[in-house]
Amino acid sequence: MAAENTKVLYGLYNDEEVLKGAVKAANAAHLDIMDVFTPFPVHGLDPLLGLKESRLHYLGFIYGATGALFGFLAMTWIFVSDWPTMYGGKPYWSVPAFIPITFEMTVLFAAWGMTITFYTICGMWPGVKAKTLDNRITDDKFCIAFDVTNASDSSVDQLKGFFQNTHAEEVNVKTI
Amino acid sequence: MSQPVAAVRHILIEGNKSYHNITEDLCSPTEKSPSREWIIAFSLSTVFLGLYVFAIVWTVWKGIGEWGANRSINWAWDITNFVWWIGIGHAGTLISAILLLFRQRWRTGVNRAAEAMTIFAVICAGQFPIFHMGRVWLAFFIMPFPNTRGPLWTNFNSPLLWDVFAISTYFSVSLLFWYTGLVPDLATVRDRAKGFRKKMYETFSFGWTGSAKHWQRWEALSLVLAGISTPLVLSVHTIVSFDFATSVVPGWHTTIFPPYFVAGAIFSGFAMVQTLMVITRKVLRLEQYITINHIESMNKVIVLTGTIVGVAYLTELFIAWYSGYIYEQFAFYNRVFGIYWWSYFGMMFCNVVAPQVFWARSIRRSIWWTFFLSIIINIGMWFERFVIIATTLARDFLPSSWSYYRPTWVEIAIFTGTIGLFFFCYLIFCRVAPVVAIAEVKSILKVAGDQYIGPNAKHGHGEKTHHH
Repeated sequence: MAAENTKVLYGLYNDEEVLKGAVKAANAAHLDIMDVFTPFPVHGLDPLLGLKESRLHYLGFIYGATGALFGFLAMTWIFVSDWPTMYGGKPYWSVPAFIPITFEMTVLFAAWGMTITFYTICGMWPGVKAKTLDNRITDDKFCIAFDVTNASDSSVDQLKGFFQNTHAEEVNVKTI
Repeated sequence: MSQPVAAVRHILIEGNKSYHNITEDLCSPTEKSPSREWIIAFSLSTVFLGLYVFAIVWTVWKGIGEWGANRSINWAWDITNFVWWIGIGHAGTLISAILLLFRQRWRTGVNRAAEAMTIFAVICAGQFPIFHMGRVWLAFFIMPFPNTRGPLWTNFNSPLLWDVFAISTYFSVSLLFWYTGLVPDLATVRDRAKGFRKKMYETFSFGWTGSAKHWQRWEALSLVLAGISTPLVLSVHTIVSFDFATSVVPGWHTTIFPPYFVAGAIFSGFAMVQTLMVITRKVLRLEQYITINHIESMNKVIVLTGTIVGVAYLTELFIAWYSGYIYEQFAFYNRVFGIYWWSYFGMMFCNVVAPQVFWARSIRRSIWWTFFLSIIINIGMWFERFVIIATTLARDFLPSSWSYYRPTWVEIAIFTGTIGLFFFCYLIFCRVAPVVAIAEVKSILKVAGDQYIGPNAKHGHGEKTHHH
């Protein structure tokens, strides 16, 4: 994510295929793309941007395992040690009867854990103001952004030339 | 673009839409003043919601004795309605989760509304067991927490407690899944809004920008949530069926209940989705996004699950006969020909016979047939739960305690009131959030838009399709 007061040069494209072509061209020219913004997930973009696969699902597994252990051990402790109660002549430690709640706790922990992690690592919460470059990015524009806070005039010109060559619809500068 | 397109692919977005058209069309219901139809529907739902509140206050003030529920028919309407609503609440997660895993593209047109429907249906369902407890101010006793009563814990061996866990987990996970899917679309609405609305949607959209890394994580999250919601949705109705199946009551104590309940839940859920979608697409003018192809796909699911339910009904009868156990045989004889015979035949007709017309393609693709049958199925699935609960309990172990059950006005008011509550929530949802998933529809435009595939496609895709 960009730091405060980042000066951004960005170009808007009309189509995801044109965008992907432009990202390839940027890679070929060794331009350092800050970020790409799209109105919907564009498949095939992540490898071009060198984005590694998200590790969110590993965390999901850990959260789920935590939930399963928590649910099962809590029931075990309550029924075997804290307040043993006989129900219908069944043993205190009735493992098969604990399965449904153990399963539900697995799902509950995995879902909440992953969702909270997702919003936290994306820096998204109610009240966060979006660093929007252009309002049409959530509509029909595909955006490539370069950080030009400390860039020289010549490199800015080079980037502008890149946008022109890759058929960007618009090129703008904005400080976010 | 250059890929050949298979002829089996259906057009799911009509009207030669561009990405911008999609944004315009799907955001506009949240931006325009409400239509006359919406205002009428909303007023009507509010009246029924008022009725609900009145009947609940009446129940809490005067006690459960105001209901027709009695010994031995103590579950009566209340649990019938609970199971009915919970069943309806299954289609949303089914559509969003299972169809996502199967990569069914048509889910994008209906998943958002179906998930919303799930959440509202579960809210309605929850009312019934909570108020059935009688002293509702002690409802928190169902939660296991260290307390000053011993500590006396809940019974973890009881399916009723499993239900508490299953339904609250289902509700909260469905809410997360729905809302996370909604965030990018709320950002779309935010970026078009001005003034106070912009402020409001800024809060709701959590600062979404559409960054490539965020989309990647968003997709990873959606996929895992779908993966864990799939067994979750199956577990919820399985556990609801355990409420019956683990009892020792003949007619309830059957191992067929879990799959039978799950199939019935999907069946009734899809019927309710059809009821809502047929109206929503018309009133919000979304016919080009919720197309006849979507409706037909759902009707196929309905005829399949309706038939599974039919097989379950017949299996139940067969096994009762085959068991050679006279009490079991009596329970089922009584279910079919006993005092509530009309509800059994109503159920058989509505759930098994009526949906068979969907084998005909022209009926699957007819709006009026779809709407009519969706109502019939909603009624039939209510009968199913009534049959299971009332007929069984009306003829329990001791003939001296056999009785008949009639609902009082309070129960009828609570039930019709929850329908008001449901539509109240749904209609507000239609006004504040895009009813169709904008980003997801855009992502399938090039493989399901009528300008890319189908007879009117450009670039000569037509001749390529014949090779597949």
